[in-house]
Amino acid sequence: MAEEQGRKWDRCLADSAVKLATGLGVGIVFSVLFFKRRTWPVVFGLGVGLGMGYSNCQQDFRSPYLLHGHMVKVSKSHTS
Amino acid sequence: MLRVCLKGANSAARKCLCGNGVPLHPLQQCRSYTSGGSGSSAGKIVAASVLTVGGGVGGTILYANWDPKFRANVEKSIPYSDQVFGLALGPAAPPPVINKPRKVEPVQISSMSEMWKDSKQPKAKEVEKKAEQPDAEGPPAPAPQETLEEASAQVAQILSAIGEVPSVPAPGTHEAEAVPPPAALKGVPAAAAKCTECEHEPAVKERPEGEVAARLAEQDKAEQDLLTSLSSNLEDALGSTAKVTLQAIGAQEAALQAIAQHTRQLREAMEAEAPPDKKSTQWRVLEDALSERSRSVDEAGAAVLKAKAELDKLRGVIDGAKHLKIAAARPSILAAEENLHSMVVDLDSVVTRVQTAQSEAKIVSQYSELVNEAKAQFQKELNSITPEIQANWKGLTGKLTQDDLNSLIAHAHRRIDQMNRELAEQRVREQIHIDSALEQQKLEDKKALEVAVSTALEHNREQMRLEQEKKVEETREVMEAEMRTQLRRQAAAHTDHLRDVLKVQEQELRSEAEEILNSSLMEKETEYRRLTQDQLDSFTLDMNAAYARLKGMEEAIDSHVIAEEEARKAHQLWLSVEALNYTLKTAALNDPTEPLEGAVQAIKESCAEDEFAQALATALPSESLSRGVYSEASLRARFYAIRQLARRVALIDETRNSLYQYFLSYLQAMLLFEKAQEAPPAKLSAEDLDTFKLLSYAAYSLEHGDLELAAKLVNQLKGESRRVAQDWLKEARLTLETKQVVSLLSAYANAVGLGTTMAP
Repeated sequence: MAEEQGRKWDRCLADSAVKLATGLGVGIVFSVLFFKRRTWPVVFGLGVGLGMGYSNCQQDFRSPYLLHGHMVKVSKSHTS
Repeated sequence: MLRVCLKGANSAARKCLCGNGVPLHPLQQCRSYTSGGSGSSAGKIVAASVLTVGGGVGGTILYANWDPKFRANVEKSIPYSDQVFGLALGPAAPPPVINKPRKVEPVQISSMSEMWKDSKQPKAKEVEKKAEQPDAEGPPAPAPQETLEEASAQVAQILSAIGEVPSVPAPGTHEAEAVPPPAALKGVPAAAAKCTECEHEPAVKERPEGEVAARLAEQDKAEQDLLTSLSSNLEDALGSTAKVTLQAIGAQEAALQAIAQHTRQLREAMEAEAPPDKKSTQWRVLEDALSERSRSVDEAGAAVLKAKAELDKLRGVIDGAKHLKIAAARPSILAAEENLHSMVVDLDSVVTRVQTAQSEAKIVSQYSELVNEAKAQFQKELNSITPEIQANWKGLTGKLTQDDLNSLIAHAHRRIDQMNRELAEQRVREQIHIDSALEQQKLEDKKALEVAVSTALEHNREQMRLEQEKKVEETREVMEAEMRTQLRRQAAAHTDHLRDVLKVQEQELRSEAEEILNSSLMEKETEYRRLTQDQLDSFTLDMNAAYARLKGMEEAIDSHVIAEEEARKAHQLWLSVEALNYTLKTAALNDPTEPLEGAVQAIKESCAEDEFAQALATALPSESLSRGVYSEASLRARFYAIRQLARRVALIDETRNSLYQYFLSYLQAMLLFEKAQEAPPAKLSAEDLDTFKLLSYAAYSLEHGDLELAAKLVNQLKGESRRVAQDWLKEARLTLETKQVVSLLSAYANAVGLGTTMAP
């Protein structure tokens, strides 16, 4: 289990890098195509990328602690 | 100055009051009192104190001189006072030894013994054996006994005062009684002899038969001796007294004769009118007779005295003989007494005769005196009237003148007248004289009568007593004869009885002897049977024992075989366990050991019947079997990496697990410094459950080789740290389990090995 942290961080960083790059690219594309080469779509894209990466990282680190709850409907006939 | 004197007096008074026990303390008191005195009179104070001290010491010494107990007390309480006392008074006298009672005791004991002896003598009379002679009853001499009794009374007083009764036994009584009878006749002071006897003899014991017989014979012999001596004594005494009495009687008779003769001659002289020369011869003869009479009377008196003395002696001897109370001597004693009595009677009668003769003689002499007196008177008268006339007036007729004759006749007439007058007077006084003479005579008669009566009474009494004793003696003889016949009859009866008893006894003894013989025979037979049985039994016992031993040996051999089999198995087990141990050691630094499966298989084969070993072998975790376990060293090394990781994620648990928390956690790990190793406490408290602390505890325990404790501590981690350390923990658990099982197995193998080597 000790290496899991390391692996997680690796994945996290790799994923974040990819997401960042992708965000950057999409931002640049959108900036060039639709928003007259303004910088805000690039930053927006970067941010989206970073955010997605951060969220994925967090999700990855939290995964052991996540609890999945199910709502169980109890029929009236059983409760009486 | 007055104050000083007062103070000095006070201190002296106080000293006297406190007693002379400890002079030092009052001095101190005095010092404290005198310290407040004025300075100018210091010298006076000093002098007063010196005086009081000297007085106190002197008083102490004087009192100690008088009372030794006080001296001892002072010497005990004050250290060097004994030396001071020694200098002043000389050494202390030793405590007075209570000697006085002891000194008094020996004297008392001797007199006590006498008293006890005397008191025991009457008791001894009852206790004595039947044949004991009564001669021992009378104490040898009456006088010592009286003094003894006096002394005993005194001794009793003293003893009651002292309060102790020396248990001097009445030892010497029998022996002392044996000794005195021979000494009785001598009258030796037996008190001293008794005393010495008492001191020697320890106890009274019963005398055996032979001794009794011997004593009886002795006593008989003694009696005989006594009897002979007594009879000889009596005879001697009797003879001497008889002789003396006869002498006395003879003397008395002679005296009687002399008196009678003298009287006769006197009367003759009075009455006869012989011529002058014849008269003078008559007077001379009379004088001779008188002298003869006086001499013989004196002789008779002396003889009587001697006889009386002899008679007293004889009486004394008879009394002594009577006191000895030997029965056989009684007749001789009686005879002696009779003789004595007769002698006394004769003596008395003779004496009375002599006395009567003497009284008669007195009368005659008085008469003669009177006549002589009358004659002398007449002669004087005649001489007064006629001086030249001579005595014998009968031959005077031729020489007288007429005047003389006339005067003579006148004188004669006058004389006759006088005589007549006197006669008349006498006649008148006759009656009175006769009465007085009668009275006198009566008195004398009475006296004589009394004397005669008393003597006659005495004689009678004596006679009666003698007769009584004679009668008693006779009756005694008769009784003795009767008793002898009775005793003879009894002896005959006794012999018959003895004969019968002997017969019966013989029969009894015979039957007893037969019984004894039979019983002893039976005993011997049973003894013989018992012995043979014993022999048989012992033989069977030996056989059984030998057989049992044989069996035992066989069993022992079998058990040895079994034991050796066991031993072999145990050895095999041990070998396989050692192999397992060895495989455990094959772990490289970071690689696990070889899989333990082979070794375990070998164990399982080697101990196919042993359940415990089988159970243990199956208890090994499968991971260790298949994969092997990590060694402790590798685990230790891995721990440090784990520790770092755990530190870094210390803040992450299920509630806080965002990336920000991760960042914070990393910051904390960087900034927080804890001890690399800290000794874990015995009990973990709540604050010890901090990650960092736990990790340092675990590190410490790991460094000190305690993997178990480290695993326990790591198990306390929470949250992400726990997840991170999970692997390590699992590995640690595996290792620990395997090690435990293997150690158990090896211990078991050792135990089994030990058990088999210590074969019975």
